Amino acid sequence: MSTSIKRARRPAHWLCMLSLLGFAAPTQAQLRLDITKGTSDAVPIAVVPFGGQPEGGPADVASVVGSDLERSGRFAPMPRTDMVTRPVQGDQIRFEDWRLLKSDFLVVGQVQPGASGLAVRFELFNVATGQQLLAKELPTTEAGLRATAHRISDLVFERLTGVRGAFSTRLAYVEVEGAPPAQRYRLMVSDADGFNPRKVADSPEPLMSPAWSPDGQRLAYVSFEGKASAIYVQDLASGKRSRVSARAGINGAPAWSPDGRTLALTLSRGGNLDIYTLVLASQTLTRVTSDDAIDTESEWARDGESIYFTSDRAGSAQIYRVSADEGARAERVTFTGSYNARPRVSPDGEELAMVTLDRGNYRIAVMNLKTRALRVLSSSNQDESPSYAPNGVTLIYGTQDGGRGALATVSSDGRSQQRLSADRGELREPAWSPFPAR
Amino acid sequence: MRLMQAALVGFLVLGLVACQKKQTRPDEQGADPGGGVSTTGVDGSTTGQASDLQTAQRQALDALKTRSVIYFDYDSSEIRSEYLQVVTAHAAYLVKYPNAKVRLEGHTDERGSREYNIGLGERRAQAVRRALQLQGATEAQIATVSYGEERPAVAGGEEQALAQNRRVEIVHAQ
Repeated sequence: MSTSIKRARRPAHWLCMLSLLGFAAPTQAQLRLDITKGTSDAVPIAVVPFGGQPEGGPADVASVVGSDLERSGRFAPMPRTDMVTRPVQGDQIRFEDWRLLKSDFLVVGQVQPGASGLAVRFELFNVATGQQLLAKELPTTEAGLRATAHRISDLVFERLTGVRGAFSTRLAYVEVEGAPPAQRYRLMVSDADGFNPRKVADSPEPLMSPAWSPDGQRLAYVSFEGKASAIYVQDLASGKRSRVSARAGINGAPAWSPDGRTLALTLSRGGNLDIYTLVLASQTLTRVTSDDAIDTESEWARDGESIYFTSDRAGSAQIYRVSADEGARAERVTFTGSYNARPRVSPDGEELAMVTLDRGNYRIAVMNLKTRALRVLSSSNQDESPSYAPNGVTLIYGTQDGGRGALATVSSDGRSQQRLSADRGELREPAWSPFPAR
Repeated sequence: MRLMQAALVGFLVLGLVACQKKQTRPDEQGADPGGGVSTTGVDGSTTGQASDLQTAQRQALDALKTRSVIYFDYDSSEIRSEYLQVVTAHAAYLVKYPNAKVRLEGHTDERGSREYNIGLGERRAQAVRRALQLQGATEAQIATVSYGEERPAVAGGEEQALAQNRRVEIVHAQ
């Protein structure tokens, strides 16, 4: 059965350094990551502290790499206290030591002065054979060390699993502070491990439904700042935003088409919610569904030809699929259970993640689109807003922790789980970014 | 109880301060392509109107304020019989004062998916709108907005809290 590892990481130190470097100290909540369910068959790997930098600091490259790999659920990094020697390059390794310590793989490396400031050299070895699997030198800077460490995690993960790593990605989420009815809403973007949270928008009225553009440069989201819902698209680098839909009634659930040109969205005419598409450049609006029921929560199929959505046209919330053309007929997709909502297509297009009502509990489930088999991945009672990592290995979703909103991740096989909670306030509606450009 | 009331007043004051600050934000400016909902002035943007209200109308409004929330059963947008009087009272006010406007804010409890809950909150607001119109209020007097589960009245996941959050708030323009 699964083992449970409790571990807390404190970004406070790193944030102090950021403020010393001249960045504004963030006022928002600090995030904390706990592994709530690990797997017993994770591959043992040793990531030796890198030479040329102090151990234990916020930019401790080996520590970041180890944490990334552990978070994937596929690797079990060796505790540093178990390491007998500390090699920093291949010719210093005595493989028999690491075989005795039962580590399958070994990462060594060092931080050195480089052309652009610093360079990180690292090597990956198969302990059993002594074979070198990777050797690279990555240029970086003092401030870029964590990003470089995530890049190393990506390379190691891909070399050992054949799947591209998603450690250099980001998360968008909504943070809520204060007790009802007076609350403060912030739209945030952080690194994939919860570090480096940055504020994108801030409002005394609800912010919701963040959605990444396919190029990862922009976020679409819903804001009630005008005392009614409106959809905004905000460029993350410049902070510039435009209001793309503020029609009478509801403006909700924005979803980017795979080519990034069109938003699917929910509008209401006379109180009836339907799916529309909006071409951003031309503002061309097309009505996709017209049913008396609630039609909302659009998600584009990978080919951009059709849209999955939630509808209660058959009496309770179920997921449907409709061609993105005007007036097409929708076909029902989910038939298991009395409530299935908020579809999200897996990166390979073969599965659909959703919120399902599982024996009285709202949980995250994944359905195979070919076989229609549904498997429940989460185990709380108030889980919602699933979002796939761009490599499909992990999903992040909103959950509750002691009555407060928190984020959790689960591997798509359901075997490893983690929770990301804030020291104050609530976290909700996580959206995992696309891959950065290679 | 007294402590809770004090806390509630505190939050309301905080809320008002936040609203006033918000009005000065430059990104709030600009034409509203939607019109309707955002112009009902519940945030005080139509100040001056309050002082124009006739005393009788003001008294009628004050009397309504004590009963301006309609609560709903789980997954239902049906107005329970105990709230029909509330609807009747607000409708009578709107009929008597054709210049009066009202904003119906639909809410759900925290269960289920967020954007879907926006739909359920809207359905509740529309149910109250229809009831008001059946009793003579005009379409032009009524605006609706749905907050889904985004703006709970109270915190907590126990049934008592959930029941207080499944509601439509009838907010009159001042």
